[in-house]
Amino acid sequence: MVHQVFIYVAHRDGQAADSALELLSAARILSPDGPVTAIVTGWGEVLDRVCQEMASRCPEVWKLAHQDLAYPNAEAVRKCLVEVLPSEAVLLLAHDTLGMDLGPGLSVKLNSSFVSDVVAMTAPRDGALTLVREEYGGQVSTHVSCDISGGAVLSIRSGAFPALEDGAPGEVQDRSSEIGDLACGRRFLEIVEAEAGDVDITKEEILVSAGRGIEDEDNIEIAEELAKALGGVVSCSRPIVDAKWLEKARQVGTSGKTVKPKIYLALGISGSFQHLGGLKGNPFIVAVNKNSKAPIFQVADVGVVDDLLEFVPLLTERINSQR
Amino acid sequence: MEILVCVKKVPDPAENEIVVSRDGSDIERDDLVYSVNEWDNYAVEEAIQLVEEHGGSVTVVSVGDEESDEIIRRELAMGADAGNLLDDEAFHYSDGRGVAAILAHAARRGSYDLILTGAQAEDAAAQVGGMLAAMLDVPYASLVVRVRVMDGKKLKIAREIDGGNLEINEIDLPCALSIQTGINEPRYVGIRGIRKTASVQVPVLGAAQLGVDPATVGEAGAKVRKLDYFVPEMGEGAEILQGSREEMADQLIARLKGRGVIQ
Ligand SMILES: Cc1cc2nc3c(=O)[nH]c(=O)nc-3n(C[C@@H](O)[C@H](O)[C@H](O)COP(=O)(O)OP(=O)(O)OC[C@H]3O[C@@H](n4cnc5c(N)ncnc54)[C@H](O)[C@@H]3O)c2cc1C
Ligand SMILES: Cc1cc2nc3c(=O)[nH]c(=O)nc-3n(C[C@H](O)[C@H](O)[C@H](O)COP(=O)(O)OP(=O)(O)OC[C@H]3O[C@@H](n4cnc5c(N)ncnc54)[C@H](O)[C@@H]3O)c2cc1C
Repeated sequence: MVHQVFIYVAHRDGQAADSALELLSAARILSPDGPVTAIVTGWGEVLDRVCQEMASRCPEVWKLAHQDLAYPNAEAVRKCLVEVLPSEAVLLLAHDTLGMDLGPGLSVKLNSSFVSDVVAMTAPRDGALTLVREEYGGQVSTHVSCDISGGAVLSIRSGAFPALEDGAPGEVQDRSSEIGDLACGRRFLEIVEAEAGDVDITKEEILVSAGRGIEDEDNIEIAEELAKALGGVVSCSRPIVDAKWLEKARQVGTSGKTVKPKIYLALGISGSFQHLGGLKGNPFIVAVNKNSKAPIFQVADVGVVDDLLEFVPLLTERINSQR
Repeated sequence: MEILVCVKKVPDPAENEIVVSRDGSDIERDDLVYSVNEWDNYAVEEAIQLVEEHGGSVTVVSVGDEESDEIIRRELAMGADAGNLLDDEAFHYSDGRGVAAILAHAARRGSYDLILTGAQAEDAAAQVGGMLAAMLDVPYASLVVRVRVMDGKKLKIAREIDGGNLEINEIDLPCALSIQTGINEPRYVGIRGIRKTASVQVPVLGAAQLGVDPATVGEAGAKVRKLDYFVPEMGEGAEILQGSREEMADQLIARLKGRGVIQ
């Protein structure tokens, strides 16, 4: 049984997301010789631009234009995809905030299997696919087998597959006439941009970043003292912002800031992909964590396995006394 | 407003190092400390606050084993009005779809205006909420960080998207939302609160009471199966500093000097 393989292309400002080419290379594992179809939903001139961009890399592009798809409201996109996808289709989408909104419900409506946040996979055999996922914030991985005989929706982690560079060009097919009524119980109103903070961590060269391992609001001072000694500023992981110990503008990660420091000190941060997703520019990473198996040590350059509440004050003191 | 909140018992990430069991079939569970999934506490808190403001009641449900009643009792101590444990031999080894199907049957037993889940659990699959909504045919939004009741018929909600930007939506009731951390500050549950609910008998509902066809859930219905657990081979990883605390500090200072951070 050969399944038709599709990718769903997220886009913004008339440009396909970086994930699109990664999805294409993941799709090639599923369908080494078969065709892959890119689906682009949207409206107007920006949609055409994205379709053209994809057609330069992908043998077949389906354009789905509708006014209600001008903003990717997952509920409307889902309705649209349910109408146009053939049965037993295998659809790949990005495990991002749109993919998380869209994927699970879509798989139910298509009556197909669902696996999220896939980091690796092997070619299907006998109607089943073997994939790799991470659990517990990357502390362990699992092989998962997925029955794709009735089709599947798979969401793919950003950066897990290389961008496909050598895709053959193809053509755009306008399938918009197949779209039915998209009215749904959820309506997009507006985007409110995140507030700016008192410091701009995206411009700093030295960041001392505090994670949940700092344990208490009063201990933030430990990170601040070290930052002062190093001439840097304090940033943090999401739980620190959730606890309101630091403001949102200090958060590094996919739902926070993308930073590109030269030096990044991760204090009590486990190294989840959402956190690391905000760390760019290949900085020199120092990790201090009491768990020697914390995933952060896989990406760090230098690691200290110790209680940060003991180690960091000592480090700061020794830096200051050397002046 | 009648609110149903789905909660999952998970190994507490703050209390445990997760290790693969010897034969690789599971993680080592013997000494694990369990708690309520982090995201679910935010969902329960949000539900309690909505009911405090607009009236109604909060019911919590969990698909789990006989020991999961402790997390239901914890959420009762937090302020939920009622709780059910959904447990049956037939439910074991359900995949995400199976868990959502069981929860959908539980949801249909009541008439809920709002169903809340966490955005994700420790499996980080982030699947159950969206599946549940689709099964119940109600509108859905994920990663919600703000909920305002507009009138009896709809909500104004904010989803947190890339970069911490907020996507504002209007959504009709009844609906299902998955809650992102940071939406509120979950209230502290003290020893006294826990004691108060310690003797509460949590009703257990099985496949028969819920009207779940056993063939569609559990191992029998799973289209997605976990084959094994492993720790992936990684590249070199970090240079781990050795020695006493003072020695490690001095080595680190030397590395930072080498990078020109410290003069
Ligand atoms: C021994 C064992 C064997 C397993 N075998 C398999 C298997 O063969 N195949 C497979 O796919 N999975 C398997 N699982 C995992 C599976 O049962 C997950 O619990 C299921 O996939 C749903 O959890 P999630 O982490 O994916 O939830 P997510 O979708 O990440 O959780 C989102 C939200 O959904 C709600 N939710 C999730 N789970 C529950 C629950 N149990 N009760 C109430 N609300 C809930 C919560 O509000 C949660 O915040 C196994 C688990 C165990 C412990
Ligand atoms: C859609 C979405 C978006 C997200 N966006 C972001 C984001 O932008 N940024 C972000 O950071 N997260 C984000 N997250 C959350 C992310 O999944 C993780 O939950 C989070 O990054 C964990 O933060 P942490 O590493 O500080 O905490 P944990 O994972 O709890 O790690 C704490 C670490 O501290 C160590 N530790 C504990 N005590 C000590 C001590 N005394 N000394 C030394 N070490 C100690 C522990 O061993 C552990 O490794 C997002 C999640 C979702 C679902």
